[in-house]
Amino acid sequence: MGVVSFTGIHISKYYELIYFPLLSEWKRSPYYLSGSGLLTATSSFLEKAFIALPMVFVLVIGDIDISVGSTVALSSVVMAECYNKLGVPMGLAIVICLLVGTLCGFINGIILTKFTELFPMIVTLGTMILYRGIAVMILEDQASKNFPSWFSNIFWGKIGSVPYMLIVFIICAVVFGVLLHKTTFGRRMFAIGSNRTASKYAGIEVQKIRLIVYTLTGLFAAVTAIFLTSRMGSTRPNIGEGYELEAISMVVLGGISTAGGKGRFVGAVIAIFIIGFLRYGLGLINTSASAMLIIIGSLLIVAVMFPNLKLGSLIGKKAKKLM
Amino acid sequence: MEKIKSITKTLTKSREISLILVLIVLCAAIQLKNNQFLSFANLNDLLVNATIMCVLAVGMMCVLLIGGIDISIGSTLALSGMVAALVMRDYPQTPAIVSALIAIGVGLFCGFLNGVVIAKGGVIPIIATLGFMNIFRGATYLVAKSQWVHKEQITPDFQNFTLNSLFGINNMITVATLCFIIAAYFLKFTRTGRKIYAVGSNAEAAEVSGISITKIKIMVYSLMGALAGLAGALWVSKYASAQGDSGKGIEMDIIAACVIGGVSLTGGKGTMLGVVLGCLTLGILNNALPLINVSSFWQDAIKGLIIIIAIILNVMTQRSLDRNNLKRREL
Amino acid sequence: MSVSENDAKYVLELNGITKIFPGVKALDKVHFQLRPGEIHALMGENGAGKSTFIKVITGVHKADEGEMFLDGKKVEFRGPRDAQAAGIAAIYQHVTAYPHLTVTENIFMGHEKVKFGKIMWNQMNNEANDFLKQLRADFSATVEMGALSVAQQQMVEIAKALSMNARIIIMDEPTAALTKTESEELYRITENLRDNGTSIIFISHRFEDMYRLATRVTVLRDSKNIGTYNVNEITNDDLIRAMVGREISDLFPKPEVQIGEEVLRIQNFSRTGYFKNISFAVRKGEILGLTGLVGAGRTEVCETIFGIEEKSEGKVFLYGKEVKINNPTDAMKLGIGYLPEDRQLQGLILDWGIGRNISLPVIDKMSKHGWLNDKKERDLAKRLAEQVDTKAVTIFDKASSLSGGNQQKVVVAKLLSTDLKVIILDEPTKGVDVGAKAAIYVIMGELARQGYAIIMVSSEMPETLGMCDRIIVMCEGKVTGELMRGEATQEIILDKAMAKSHHTTEKEVR
Repeated sequence: MGVVSFTGIHISKYYELIYFPLLSEWKRSPYYLSGSGLLTATSSFLEKAFIALPMVFVLVIGDIDISVGSTVALSSVVMAECYNKLGVPMGLAIVICLLVGTLCGFINGIILTKFTELFPMIVTLGTMILYRGIAVMILEDQASKNFPSWFSNIFWGKIGSVPYMLIVFIICAVVFGVLLHKTTFGRRMFAIGSNRTASKYAGIEVQKIRLIVYTLTGLFAAVTAIFLTSRMGSTRPNIGEGYELEAISMVVLGGISTAGGKGRFVGAVIAIFIIGFLRYGLGLINTSASAMLIIIGSLLIVAVMFPNLKLGSLIGKKAKKLM
Repeated sequence: MEKIKSITKTLTKSREISLILVLIVLCAAIQLKNNQFLSFANLNDLLVNATIMCVLAVGMMCVLLIGGIDISIGSTLALSGMVAALVMRDYPQTPAIVSALIAIGVGLFCGFLNGVVIAKGGVIPIIATLGFMNIFRGATYLVAKSQWVHKEQITPDFQNFTLNSLFGINNMITVATLCFIIAAYFLKFTRTGRKIYAVGSNAEAAEVSGISITKIKIMVYSLMGALAGLAGALWVSKYASAQGDSGKGIEMDIIAACVIGGVSLTGGKGTMLGVVLGCLTLGILNNALPLINVSSFWQDAIKGLIIIIAIILNVMTQRSLDRNNLKRREL
Repeated sequence: MSVSENDAKYVLELNGITKIFPGVKALDKVHFQLRPGEIHALMGENGAGKSTFIKVITGVHKADEGEMFLDGKKVEFRGPRDAQAAGIAAIYQHVTAYPHLTVTENIFMGHEKVKFGKIMWNQMNNEANDFLKQLRADFSATVEMGALSVAQQQMVEIAKALSMNARIIIMDEPTAALTKTESEELYRITENLRDNGTSIIFISHRFEDMYRLATRVTVLRDSKNIGTYNVNEITNDDLIRAMVGREISDLFPKPEVQIGEEVLRIQNFSRTGYFKNISFAVRKGEILGLTGLVGAGRTEVCETIFGIEEKSEGKVFLYGKEVKINNPTDAMKLGIGYLPEDRQLQGLILDWGIGRNISLPVIDKMSKHGWLNDKKERDLAKRLAEQVDTKAVTIFDKASSLSGGNQQKVVVAKLLSTDLKVIILDEPTKGVDVGAKAAIYVIMGELARQGYAIIMVSSEMPETLGMCDRIIVMCEGKVTGELMRGEATQEIILDKAMAKSHHTTEKEVR
């Protein structure tokens, strides 16, 4: 019931859009719709999607985090420099990357939970500038490359025709989804997002949960950093720019309300895949990057506006028919 | 302890004063390290480089005053500049001033769209401006057909605007100063300007007393857009080219400048002087750090740190104020 | 001077005003007359209809029946601005101002003085300062509103009323948040206003205010105007009787329960700025009433016991052993439960179904290693919902769709999901219809019988007297009395709840 009414609204809109590029592409390239083609296509968008997973939590509890892109950059840069300049073994460097990301998220969380008067927007704005600034301090305008050959396997490797990244993503997505909908932790998150005061009176440790969510976000930004760096084989301080906004877009388009307390995790996952394939499909028919920006931007606005314009119920009914 | 308390009290009384003090100390310190800092040439450089930021900050201040935010300004800047540049390329006989007006017009329209979606569509500002950020950027690439507009294609008059001076002061500085003055007057001396503060300070009370929140919101975002358009024109003139990437990421700097200048993110609080100081601070940082051999690569980190420290200090002073108020209640 | 019907004998007259809200008759054929240049007091218990009365006069609400006359001429206000234009201004307890803007701006917002579109700040500041001087304010007009104390903000509100040429000023509990000195100031200002021809209605629970300022007093009770009296002809007792005079019906039989050992005790409990030196204890099977007027600090005491806020001094004892409570989780672990005053904001998650609301405090017990167990949840919710007798709803119904009474029952059910020893109920029947009220009393009685120690914060006299074994009265942050069931009467309680005596210590407030 829930799936249709909220995410259904968004999904049905995409149906038409996806349908069109998919269909027209099929005519041009028989490989697009092939199993392996689709699977490979996921590589083009999944690395960013790792941030979207904890971002769902952030929005559900009614907060926001715009520093994740910078966290990606900083974790990646530290990892690269540890390996290249400090001679740290790559495996350890990867662990350090995860630690850096976690620390970045933790700092966000600590500031926000000790100074509860502060707004997440402004704190994560500050850390956004700070973290990337530190990355720039470390690497300046250079690139850091020369990773071991097995490192690129993290992104490029496959089992059969299924990319590692997709497997990791699906596992993480399932874990997150279950956490959100089937555990007490998730129930508490929804409570906090719906009514922070009542949650407090019901004995929920609001600040502790916020801290955990922000720390998780940092950790997964580092995960994205690993995949991203693996893909490119090098890193610069300006990577990951715009990732926070992409992650938020994916989550919002998936039906998670920015006000908090509402949403189904599967909606976000579906949105991730739909936008991803949409982008990929549009790319295949040579849609310019510019047109894609316009489409994604418009989708975001329209998707959020529709529930407010009460046309949502109209489309909801149409979606029910489609489902 | 008492002395520290009284010093804190004076500081919290006026954020602007404390900021000025900090800047004076900063400038003195920099001057000591490199006596070229306070030279006319360098100061001129500093100011010129800060003008685009100043023009944008004026608009952002108004948006922040009503409790909103606009992260699409970089894209608006690019789009306006690009459209103006294309007009100049394809219709070289267009007077420079007309091209500038076209840029402002495009920006105004962009801002208007933001305003409508936010005020009437009920979309929260961060999401609305996020969406438009993408839309305007895409539109920029689209109209430019992914090409640059080069120096030779831009009307010489237009290009030279930012190189020329009026009474010895670079045109850009004049423009920025005019923006500050006009906006400051508008905010302080007109009823509409005061309504902006009212909406930001207590929207409920404003609504009840008959102020149309929708109109004010649309007006403010349109103004922001128009200023972004102006900034776009200045950008094209200064860099003598128009690219699709122009202005990417600039919105965060602008917000930082406003926050440093004491503009509250929740609305209702902020002065033009504060914004000027905030822009100056960032301008000085951008200019001075290389002069004292601080790598420009350290700038952002310092900026970010300053923002975080500033807001935490804000909270701490507010908390002690509140504590004192409670103590005053005799029981 | 002939006295005809339409003669402007009264500057304001209400005739048969009735105002009905869904389920509640807030004003019942109220007649009222305000003479020009008089200070008229309006008194009554909480819920008697005073605030609705004010809102009708200021145009916020439209009366369903009856007429209003201004200077003998009939008026109908379409909204608050009509009333403002007619010269009626209200000064509320909770100031609605622009905290970031200066005093001048707050006074003149919307009608600033302009010349060719330019705001004349100097002129406005001067005028504002003039008003402030009239009121003998100790601050200037260029100060930020948010930096002022409540008393000072009130002065600004008065200045605002003056700037709009208000002929009738209504003050709602003007001295509630003021110190002794500030109250004196307010008296002086009010008398000045009267001397200058303004007519004033003020609502206050303080007899002192009334004796000091008013010439006449009108008492509202149960939405009716009980009577208008000359202040110099009436005594405290008369007034109290007028305000309160109803039979205590037998709605609330508290069953005879064996009262046991002491369960919870607080000693020298204080929180800077809110309450001081509160000490009391509650025993097993006992219902302890915590009563007083709004603003006495009762909710603050309870919230601090429950761990929502931090105490500045004092100790809490459970079964004689000192305990530390830093947050609600600690409190609940110790067996203390709290039914919050504002059920919609603090007690319920309105968007959720009833079942989920009920199970929230004990969500851990409903799960295994963090895994939610839907069936266990549903069973618990069903059981508790039945126990509190929620009517005609299923546990899947959204909390927002319930009536006030049912909502309150759900919050009670939520409370019962935890293992408790002490239950604190804050205004448990506020905004609840009679039927649900009765049910809640039955539940309370049952809980007492089962051995819970119960603290009930209430502003309603009948239920306090009917349900409580002992009653603590608070006033302005301190305990002013402790009464046993037999000896308490409404008059005595009200007497203790009202601030009448002078403060003995005068602290320099700077």
